[in-house]
Amino acid sequence: MSVPFILFFLCALLAVAGAVLLIMVREPIHSALSLILVMMTLAVLYLLLGAEFIAAVQIIVYAGAIMVLFVFVIMLLNAGTEERTDWSRIAKPMGLPLAFFLLLVTARWLSRSAIGATVANGVGAPSNEGVSTRALSMALFQQYLFPFEATSILILIALLGALILARKDE
Amino acid sequence: MEFITQHPVLVVSLVKIAVLLFVVMTALAYLTWFERKVVAHIQSRWGPYFVGAHGLLQPLADGLKFLFKEDMTPPTSDKFTYTIAPFLALALALTAIALIPFGPPSVQVLGQPVFVVSNVDIGLLFLFAVTSLGVYGVALAGWSSNSKYPLLGGLRSSAQMISYEVSLTLSVVGVLLVAGTLNFNEIIAQQSGAFWHWNIIRFDHGAFPQIVGFLCYMTAAIAETNRIPFDLPEAETELVAGFHTEYSSFKFAMFFMAEYANMITVSCLATILFFGGWLSPFPDSWTWQLFLPGVGLVLLGMYCAWDTFMNMRGIARLQFAVVTMLCLVGGAICLMPAVQPVIEGPFWFTTKVVAFLFFYVWTRGTLPRFRYDQLMSFGWKLLLPVSLANLVVTSFVMVLPYFGRHG
Amino acid sequence: MSIVPISYYLVLSAILFGLGTVAVVFKRNIITIFMGIELMLNAVNLAFVAFARAHGQLDGLVFVFFVIVVAAAEAAVGLAIVIMLTKSRQSLNVERDSLLKF
Repeated sequence: MSVPFILFFLCALLAVAGAVLLIMVREPIHSALSLILVMMTLAVLYLLLGAEFIAAVQIIVYAGAIMVLFVFVIMLLNAGTEERTDWSRIAKPMGLPLAFFLLLVTARWLSRSAIGATVANGVGAPSNEGVSTRALSMALFQQYLFPFEATSILILIALLGALILARKDE
Repeated sequence: MEFITQHPVLVVSLVKIAVLLFVVMTALAYLTWFERKVVAHIQSRWGPYFVGAHGLLQPLADGLKFLFKEDMTPPTSDKFTYTIAPFLALALALTAIALIPFGPPSVQVLGQPVFVVSNVDIGLLFLFAVTSLGVYGVALAGWSSNSKYPLLGGLRSSAQMISYEVSLTLSVVGVLLVAGTLNFNEIIAQQSGAFWHWNIIRFDHGAFPQIVGFLCYMTAAIAETNRIPFDLPEAETELVAGFHTEYSSFKFAMFFMAEYANMITVSCLATILFFGGWLSPFPDSWTWQLFLPGVGLVLLGMYCAWDTFMNMRGIARLQFAVVTMLCLVGGAICLMPAVQPVIEGPFWFTTKVVAFLFFYVWTRGTLPRFRYDQLMSFGWKLLLPVSLANLVVTSFVMVLPYFGRHG
Repeated sequence: MSIVPISYYLVLSAILFGLGTVAVVFKRNIITIFMGIELMLNAVNLAFVAFARAHGQLDGLVFVFFVIVVAAAEAAVGLAIVIMLTKSRQSLNVERDSLLKF
């Protein structure tokens, strides 16, 4: 039980707990907090997988900007408690075991396939170092330049759209 | 003992974290003293004078006061969020300080550098990640108090923080272009030499002076930490209430500690990125500069000794005599040749950070505050275009044949 | 390759994706539904990063970058629409009135 394993299981547990809390709590602000918890644990998992730039971008953009937007909107709209929904009676006794069974099948298939093959005999995998920011930015600006520019235009469109949509009608 | 030699990283890191935490909490406490003294002297009065000698025990008295006040929770508040908001603010502010190098990485104990707790390759990016999470402390505090004025104060304050965060990040990218790396130690190492190699005025092969970047950074940093002149969401304390209205005793103290810790982090970042970090402004060939810390402390000790005998009376005389002894002993230690190269890095770093903190407190005592709409239009309509222009000009210059690294 | 087998990350991604789907299907507050969508996007990001590590290429990381950017744009516009809708309806409950039914 080495440190990466312990860290992985801890983060996985926290991520699943956060996702379950997102579904189960009654107030949207607590759901937002659980989602932030999920995103932080995912950032640690990205660090375990060696993608340090993506972990930093996840925290800066996702947990630090998008979720702040969610929290703002919840505060502005004063979203209070959510009401109890009248679910179908059959959902809990049928749904949960079905979901669990599906998960078992998926896990068994994944661990027996070629993807589940573990460590060193990888398919041309690099050493256990992780991807540097320089390599990622080289790929982003040379090979994927057109999608990069297209997403910048997408952000501009989203900015203008949000600006116009949320303006007061005068 | 074998545990220590077998796990050097763990043991040294734990010791470094404990020492850094102690030093930073003491620095926070005495930063409040420093601020009250400087603002008072700007306003032609004395500030704290009676609690210890020259008011030096005032932070201790304030801390005890905060501990013993009644800790009240508003009954209609959202208990969980109300409790974790100040902890979140303080924890994030202290986490950012773990990345900052206080001295050269060559000083090592058991193979681990002493002066930086963790030297990650993406240090600058990680620092911005922690800073961008700092908005949550304010926003959640405003929301969870379940009251009109904290909600408005929290909304305004967090909107201000996220607006100026964009300009903060963009003004630093100029330094990134010059340095080519996100690692703090390497950014500092590229500024070695004398003070004309510091990033703010560096005009040699491979760099472009970052004066505009520094000015944008300083302005955005003052706004980001909610200090005067960008202080309206907190200054509503004086008019109505801010986001920390409903907080009492220790949670309130935690918000203020978080604000001062953010100030320290931002000042440390300014010295690392623009002013050469722990490097000294004199060329390395001037070896007399190694005596500066010791001589400075001894001179301070002599001034304190004179003050003890001439002006202090009663118990203040005893307290100040203790301070004098500490200064003189510290100065004597710093004059020992074994200690001199070790203390040089942290000495210059601390001097520069204290200069920046003085600048912060100076603007607090001098300038009036912005109105909220003026503040937001300044951030989006002036500061962001200027930061972008700095980025464009720097990147253009870096591609030219002489200045760029390819030239 | 990492010490933890890649399939563990994929199973975690599947669990998170399923929980995100549950949030989208079963919750009634529009903002919580949006958060379920973000959770699904995060689960997919984790799968991409795991695969990028498994094959030793960084194309997966580039795609994660683009997914994060597109999620940011979508969240901004979506929440602006939510603000606009709430102003006319005064409620955040999606089951209360469905405008397409008359």
